[in-house]
Amino acid sequence: MIFATVGSQMPFDRLMEALDKWAGKSTQSMPILAQTGATKFRPKNMRAVESLSPAEFRDAVQAATVIVAHAGMGSVLTALEFGKPLVVLPRLGSKQETRNDHQVATARWLATKPGIFVAMDDAELEGAINRARTQASQSDAISPFATPALIDALKTFIHI
Amino acid sequence: MTRKVLAIASGGGHWVQLLRLRPAFDACDIAYVTVQPSYREQVEKGRFYTVTDATRWSRWDLFRMIFEITWIVLKERPDVVVSTGAASGVVALRVGKWLGAKTIWIDSIANVDEMSLSGKRVRGFADLWLSQWPEVASAEGCAYKGAVL
Repeated sequence: MIFATVGSQMPFDRLMEALDKWAGKSTQSMPILAQTGATKFRPKNMRAVESLSPAEFRDAVQAATVIVAHAGMGSVLTALEFGKPLVVLPRLGSKQETRNDHQVATARWLATKPGIFVAMDDAELEGAINRARTQASQSDAISPFATPALIDALKTFIHI
Repeated sequence: MTRKVLAIASGGGHWVQLLRLRPAFDACDIAYVTVQPSYREQVEKGRFYTVTDATRWSRWDLFRMIFEITWIVLKERPDVVVSTGAASGVVALRVGKWLGAKTIWIDSIANVDEMSLSGKRVRGFADLWLSQWPEVASAEGCAYKGAVL
């Protein structure tokens, strides 16, 4: 299964429409669950839900073989914690998909990390999904916690 | 003496990053504040409050959120207020500082090129003011102590 998510704040129809179009191709048979946010767009080729609780979200990530997401850190970190290959399409400020272009900068950074496949625009989405699917096994799951350096710095500051 | 910590984050990635900091609060009396009631299931120990999810574009929501957070900080009287953003963290740090708490801001790891607007706002009242990127820290004049990832 592919699990696609636009995060908890705003819809991201450009991603949902591109994914739905890809899902409709006859060469594609993977079932897709899409968390769409509050939108009027109704996908034809994917199962859609508007929102998920944290537990439902984690279950969906766990059950999926590939995650497709906006470049939001909630979605990204959860996918990485489960070691799932992750496809990312950043939201654009110019299209009012989020408040500025910080997701584009985030996506450029994420592209340097193993197990993350970035599509900088929707035309690149299919290629990124195919690369994610050919990844032989799961990526190494990241730890559920921050780097020891940051944890220690906070602990020290809290207790002085 | 057990430190009382108030840990506050807005939804989505802000909250996910705050959860990754939990080992830092191990020996503390912790209370969490966020915007989604369903997030409660993710914290086993500690008190849990929700506030109105407000951004800088929603004036009335902001007003409600300010009132709600002020009430929580007055009730909790934390020694430390820590936030991973966004607007809710700005309010909590501001009110917390006025009440004598030490304050910590950790700007989101998503802000790779430039500190967030909220992060810039807390310059005057964040005792530990952090970016998760060394280059951003240099440019902004804040500190870098590591990252959530």
